[in-house]
Amino acid sequence: MTPVDEAKKISEKELMNKRPKSTKPESNISSGDKENDLRNAELKGEGVVISYGADQAVKGVDIAFPSNKITAVIGPSGCGKSTLLRAFNRMNDFILGAKVEGSLMYKDMDLYDKNIDPVEVRLRIGMVFQKPNPFPKTIFKNIAWAPQMNGYTGDIAELVETSLKRAALWNEVSDRLHDSALGLSGGQQQRLCIARSLAMKPEVLLMDEPCSALDPVSTSHIEDLMLELKEQYTIVIVTHNMQQAARVSDYTAFMDSGNLVEFDETSTIFTNPKEQRTEDYVSGRFG
Amino acid sequence: MSSPEYSSAPEFNSRLERRRAFSTIFKNSCAILSWLSIGVLGFLLVHIFSSGWEWISFDFIKNAPSRMPHKAGLFSALMGTIWIIFTTAAIAIPVGVSSALYLEEYAKKNRLNSFIEINISNLAGVPSIVYGILGLTLFVRLMKLGPSVLSGALTLSLLILPVIIIASREAIKAVPNSIRLSAFALGATQFQTVFHHVLPAAMPGIMTGVILALSRAIGETAPILMVGAVAYVSRAPHGIMDGFTALPIQIYNWAREAKVEFEGLAAGGIIVLLLVLFMMNSVAILIRNKTQKAQS
Repeated sequence: MTPVDEAKKISEKELMNKRPKSTKPESNISSGDKENDLRNAELKGEGVVISYGADQAVKGVDIAFPSNKITAVIGPSGCGKSTLLRAFNRMNDFILGAKVEGSLMYKDMDLYDKNIDPVEVRLRIGMVFQKPNPFPKTIFKNIAWAPQMNGYTGDIAELVETSLKRAALWNEVSDRLHDSALGLSGGQQQRLCIARSLAMKPEVLLMDEPCSALDPVSTSHIEDLMLELKEQYTIVIVTHNMQQAARVSDYTAFMDSGNLVEFDETSTIFTNPKEQRTEDYVSGRFG
Repeated sequence: MSSPEYSSAPEFNSRLERRRAFSTIFKNSCAILSWLSIGVLGFLLVHIFSSGWEWISFDFIKNAPSRMPHKAGLFSALMGTIWIIFTTAAIAIPVGVSSALYLEEYAKKNRLNSFIEINISNLAGVPSIVYGILGLTLFVRLMKLGPSVLSGALTLSLLILPVIIIASREAIKAVPNSIRLSAFALGATQFQTVFHHVLPAAMPGIMTGVILALSRAIGETAPILMVGAVAYVSRAPHGIMDGFTALPIQIYNWAREAKVEFEGLAAGGIIVLLLVLFMMNSVAILIRNKTQKAQS
């Protein structure tokens, strides 16, 4: 073992030791809970194959994301995790030549049914992207736009306020709601994007490496936020940051070259994985 | 060899002196070339203003054309140009921007569409007289619109459409895809995404294209001559079906008169044309800056 590997292993262990003390008191899920969670999962994919032309990015994945839990999807670059995530709110529709096969269900809605409007799918399943991408408009309009487009009947100013409060951004921006969102810092922009998604009151939140462009302080803001949000949402997060997966998620899915290698409770994946490849990856020996 | 304080690792021969000299030469040649074109333009302006300024007066603006230089004015031509430009803008901007939106946002990337794309670029290079002949055949004769403001505007619209489409497409292409994706991810329809986010973000670029295109249209002579902007029209048009003349045609007619005074009148006409162009562009730039501000 090289010193670097050793260091990684140690930091990983430290992390494990720290976890129960951190923001997650209920992290020791018993195996009965796991079966229960999987049985009650509302967001499911069976035999999911996603191809770009001749390349298969996802090669037949069966996965279920437990409701009101955070599921982290980890794996080396190019393993198909973002592609899989995007399939669940039809964002692959915008990639030329992308084809999704298999069954993807949310509750009793077949996400790829011909009669299903992708807009309806995206209203129920929201998404936060890797890079903060606020609209070049005011902070207020960033949040108010989508609800207004969808005929929101309540008080829009109130909705903006509660969304910003839930994304832990209100205190920083309440006095400049009508300034451009592009004047915010990267971390604030990302929280604005989360607030924008929350304002649409989706049932599921998909997060595609939401913290990869952020500094540690903003990252911890967003992680705290996720832990709060899972009371009401099912959250799926794709991340390259294994510490992050370990810190926030209840379940972890490990993907490699388009296949789902292992899915289990996060503590199991990081301490006692069944597959050798998983162990190699989470301990930093490859990937 | 370069002096020791510049040298880095011995494997590098950075030749900083030489590279700095090259940078300076390049910067200076760029400056010289741009001042050269500005100089030519300046010379032209000085020449025109020195021979035409004395003819500019209120009467010059409000009088009809006349055989007597001191009574001649360009009211009908000025009004004709204004009518033509507004009608052209009203036709060409919606058609051009819609086509650009269709090609960029909706059309599938297939052979037919790339064929259309190539041809739009080619159309931008077709000589304007060809559009004049087309306008004469299609609008004046076939559609029986006659030698009217409408025929002229339709012909000029055809002429500037490729420029507007190409500029608008570039502007739309430059809108970051993340904006579209985030709008879609929030449950927007394609129309809402395009209309609320893509179009406003592309507006400054589109306006630049429109300014260039309309500036070209305002100075065009050949195509509107072909569709029948008659040389001697003393009345300003009162509607889009009226006959008309335009500033470039009036200038052309004065320039080929024998009497030497008409040369001054032609220069005066050019000054008026430039002023109209200047005002038009100012308005467009104002709109552009306003949309730009709203986007930041």
